[in-house]
Amino acid sequence: MHILAEFKEGLLISLRAIRGNKMRSVLTTLGIVIGVVSVTLMATAIEGVDRAFARSAAAFGTDVLYIQRFPWVSNEDWALIRNRRLIEVGYASKIDRQVKLSDAVAPVVGTRRRTTNGNLSMEDAFVSGTTHMFMMAAGVTLADGRFFTAEESNGGRPVCAIGANVAETLFPHEDPLGKVVRVSGHPYTVIGIFEKQGGLFGVFTSDNRVIVPLFSFQSHFGGRRDATIQVRVADVKQMDDAKIELEGIMRKIRRIAPGKQNDFNINQQELLTQTFAPISLVIASIGLFITGLSLFVGGIGIMNIMFVSVSERTKEIGIRKAIGARRRTILMQFLIEAAALCLFGGVIGLAIAFPLSLIVDQVLPTAMPLSVVAISIIISLAVGLISGFLPAYRAAKMDPVEALRYE
Amino acid sequence: MNVIELKDIVKTYDMGGAEEVHALRGVSVAIAKNEYVAIMGPSGSGKSTLMNIIGCLDTPTSGVYQFNGVNVSEMDDNDLARVRNKEIGFVFQTFNLLPRSDALHNVELPLIYGGYGAGERKQRALETLTHVGLGDRVHHKPNELSGGQRQRVAVARALVTRPSIILADEPTGNLDSKTGEEIMGLFEELHHQGNTIILVTHEADIAEHAHRVVRLRDGLVETDEPVRRRHAAAASAS
Ligand SMILES: Nc1ncnc2c1ncn2[C@@H]1O[C@H](COP(=O)(O)OP(=O)(O)O)[C@@H](O)[C@H]1O
Ligand SMILES: [Mg+2]
Repeated sequence: MHILAEFKEGLLISLRAIRGNKMRSVLTTLGIVIGVVSVTLMATAIEGVDRAFARSAAAFGTDVLYIQRFPWVSNEDWALIRNRRLIEVGYASKIDRQVKLSDAVAPVVGTRRRTTNGNLSMEDAFVSGTTHMFMMAAGVTLADGRFFTAEESNGGRPVCAIGANVAETLFPHEDPLGKVVRVSGHPYTVIGIFEKQGGLFGVFTSDNRVIVPLFSFQSHFGGRRDATIQVRVADVKQMDDAKIELEGIMRKIRRIAPGKQNDFNINQQELLTQTFAPISLVIASIGLFITGLSLFVGGIGIMNIMFVSVSERTKEIGIRKAIGARRRTILMQFLIEAAALCLFGGVIGLAIAFPLSLIVDQVLPTAMPLSVVAISIIISLAVGLISGFLPAYRAAKMDPVEALRYE
Repeated sequence: MNVIELKDIVKTYDMGGAEEVHALRGVSVAIAKNEYVAIMGPSGSGKSTLMNIIGCLDTPTSGVYQFNGVNVSEMDDNDLARVRNKEIGFVFQTFNLLPRSDALHNVELPLIYGGYGAGERKQRALETLTHVGLGDRVHHKPNELSGGQRQRVAVARALVTRPSIILADEPTGNLDSKTGEEIMGLFEELHHQGNTIILVTHEADIAEHAHRVVRLRDGLVETDEPVRRRHAAAASAS
């Protein structure tokens, strides 16, 4: 009760003081506003990069191994590995016959082609050829329609499943299902649309893909290409064993003599996340540190103005002490004022940062996370309390008689 | 029992360097419950310094001050704040009201620091303001009130926590003599209700209201004696 009444009185006084010095309050708060805007935007951007990355990584599937000519992440000497033999589409069926720990194998070949629907076109869509097993050996899901069947796949039918961006670009006003797109002029009927994935600047994403049966891909876009063999491991817990098994099978297929190095790589999503995590942490730390500096400067501004406020109100402090205000009461009064200023700045900062974060959202798949909102409110409060403490402490310690004599 | 007992109170202001101001050089005064004491003396003689010490606003450089039998120098800041809040009502020459708060809030303030609930606060503040004759001015800010009215607000603020001791440092110094008399009427009444009143003034006719006059000169007690007129009146009545 007691402290509550004092708190309320403190709040009342602060609001009156802030209102009484509107211009000064606004200018002081500006530092906090800028600080909060930059910190929240930075946090939003970092969150966006993380999310984009997570989505891109998810597209690879946690349980899928990628047999490829080159590693995704490597410090091997490029000169030593660049002459490796192609990975052939034909490996897929051989692997499928021998493998025990994996239950789906899909060869994938790709090229970038102009894809059109009448006047609408997408200059270089990622066109992939694969089998009906693809859906089981990748991290993508369909939003609408279906994937091609074994018959369509084996028969090289002119059907395709398209990514969300392709669908939006080529069919802005209509349902793509059943419509025909032309890939380098070859007609394909759309039978499925993938779920939108987002992803890092639209690069590592299925959003720009057009997936067609392997046989029609080969007849339209050429046969001898470096392939990726995507293999789904039956049990995620056996990823490592499955990888060793695949390695053995691949060495046999490629006839690699014992003791010789592999001339292929088995990639997996984990590689990406492991590589990205520390980079992301460094970026986040640096970004938040730099933007945090602006908040720090804002805090100094608050401290400065609070010192002014305290000395201006010396007489008032004397009066309050003379009629029974304790040190704690005075301390609280000025802490509340500083915190209110900062909180005010924090809320305005958020109000400005929110629309800006929607712009960031155009580039990165992000929304200002609720945690950022909560944290920036807490941070502005903390900045207020920390920067208000010294001035408030000075006020609390004032000698009542001297304060009363102040004119 | 004495509510206030001062023994050899010295207050020295260190002005930096070798310069010192001896505001009080050893003052000993005892004041009993329900006394009405006027402190007089020329300007600079140490009256305000003494009042501030009595009011627990200031601490002596040396000497012992016992308030209700408790040594004030042993009190911590919270104790002192509590005494100022609950036991003492202080009225200043310059009113010392919060300029941006209305009369009601000014009078409520000691109750806020005293921990009273909002309902009781308002009720008591209104009662007290009405009592000092300002029932119709409760929402006026100090700059919307006359000098006499401001001092009434200040008196109401001093009274609202129902302290037993009222200290007033030249309460009529900024008022014309008619308003001054009105304020003195309030003190008179408080004294009748059993309060102890200590009043600083340099106007003889104001001091007349008191029953005892302590005269200071250069930081020392020059005389300390009952007011003769009163004394005579009291003697003839008995
Ligand atoms: N804070 C202070 N610092 C220095 N000197 C002071 C201070 N307060 C009072 N004095 C000096 O102490 C003496 C007594 O002052 P004061 O008690 O205010 O006198 P009075 O109220 O009787 O006019 C004066 O000489 C005054 O200048
Ligand atoms: Mg004085």
